Amino acid sequence: MNRPFSNPPKRAPEKMSENQYLFLKAHYRHHHMVSLSRFLLITVFLCLWETAARKEWIDVFFFSSPCGILSYLYQMFLDHSFFTHTGITLLETIISFLLVTLLSLVAATLLWYISGLSEILEPYLVILNSLPKSALAPLLIVWLGTGTDTIIVAGISVAIFGSIINLYTGFCQADAEMLKLIYTLGGNRRDAFMKVILPSSIPLILSNMKVNIGLSLVGVIIGEFLAARRGLGYLIIYGSQVFQLNMVITSIIILCAIAMAFYQIIQHLEHAYRKK
Amino acid sequence: MNSLLSLQDISYSYHSLKEETPALSNISFEVSDGEFLAIVGPSGCGKSTLLSIIAGLLMPEQGTVFYKDRALSCCGSENSVKIGYMLQHDHLFEWRTIYQNVILGLELNHTLNAKNRDYVLKLLKDYELYSFKDKKPSELSGGMRQRAALIRTMAIRPDLLLLDEPFSALDSQTRLNVSADIAQIIRNTHMTAILITHDLAEAVTLADRVLVLSKRPACVKCQMPIQFNIDRHDPMMIRNTLEYQLYFNQLWEVLTHEQTIFQSA
Repeated sequence: MNRPFSNPPKRAPEKMSENQYLFLKAHYRHHHMVSLSRFLLITVFLCLWETAARKEWIDVFFFSSPCGILSYLYQMFLDHSFFTHTGITLLETIISFLLVTLLSLVAATLLWYISGLSEILEPYLVILNSLPKSALAPLLIVWLGTGTDTIIVAGISVAIFGSIINLYTGFCQADAEMLKLIYTLGGNRRDAFMKVILPSSIPLILSNMKVNIGLSLVGVIIGEFLAARRGLGYLIIYGSQVFQLNMVITSIIILCAIAMAFYQIIQHLEHAYRKK
Repeated sequence: MNSLLSLQDISYSYHSLKEETPALSNISFEVSDGEFLAIVGPSGCGKSTLLSIIAGLLMPEQGTVFYKDRALSCCGSENSVKIGYMLQHDHLFEWRTIYQNVILGLELNHTLNAKNRDYVLKLLKDYELYSFKDKKPSELSGGMRQRAALIRTMAIRPDLLLLDEPFSALDSQTRLNVSADIAQIIRNTHMTAILITHDLAEAVTLADRVLVLSKRPACVKCQMPIQFNIDRHDPMMIRNTLEYQLYFNQLWEVLTHEQTIFQSA
């Protein structure tokens, strides 16, 4: 966004009309209001939580408290468990995200390229897509054991079928007239894909990545619930079993941060593409 | 008459589970070298289908298309004629610059050499788009975009130019200028061209000959050579002449009265 000034000066700068100045001022006032309200909301919530915990309105054993979480987080930093658990979850999520993105792109390309293939496979894809993937997890444990492989495959399984369907549908929506243009200029089906379908689908591929990264994280956590000795999913399950609610809630908060960070990264990619 | 393109007895139908819809029935006509032919007909009569058949994108169910006395085979094969096809919309790719857009055909034909690059740059200069060659299509006006689309078509040095209502997406004022410009370019380069339009005035103003198709299933109702004694460049001047009125009225008569069928070519 083009920001001539983030904190409006008292008067309209030169070369700016009074009305433009007023518009900008109102615009930024609105923005500041939104940011401030967001900040207040979380602060009030945390204060209430902390007060309720200290005054024993709620049981700290079950509900934890902001200070408890902070001190637990600090402790995790000290004994490096923060880095091991967050690291492994991040790594598994990134690997399964990259594999989902690559595999679904290849699969959607094949579906588009080989006529009739999508028609044959459609019902299977739909079934696999709507199947709750957590149902597959026990099967994966039996087949692949309780290691990183299982968790990565779980992460892939959650995102991949929807991703394939989404990309393939997008490929099919490419402008038929543009494809005709390629054929009239002497191109073949491969040219049509490389020159029209793929470049016109880049916004779709990026938005699809945004969905995939979230779903991969979901899959990885499901996998860690069932088949891990490390990772944030493992911490959540373990913490709930030993009634260490600090551990559970801290892990959830780290997960929130991870999800947010992933989303922002892809958002920036999208932004960079649009600016190009 | 040395005919470049000759259609003999072309028929084509569209098929669905419910029914068969005949689109073209027994169409025959010829186009001579360097001629500018306009085809008019009621909307939905199968004009675009006819162009697709000439371009080799569709195979006729019956009949043959001859190019220089050789039967055309289906699209993409080695001996097929190089055809320049201009569609209703310019379809310039937004993810490419104007220059990258106009060399698309050369890329697809694997003929992107220094000679052809120079030719494209010359075309860009000739059509006053050289200074826009690194811009994105969305930064150009409708008329400029259509000129860029023409350069993209001309870059592959087509033997035959097919224009499928290429001006219909433009506003009427731009349309008049762009169509006159493009017709002038076609005339100057002695290109053989077939223009499809639903605008009779445009057909009479631009073409050497007008061919009228009937309602679906289309057949040739009339062919009329058009000649003016003045320079064709100014479309308004043409439209004020007496000949123009005569041609227009005669063709209008044919177009609107389903029964009258006569040949005058």
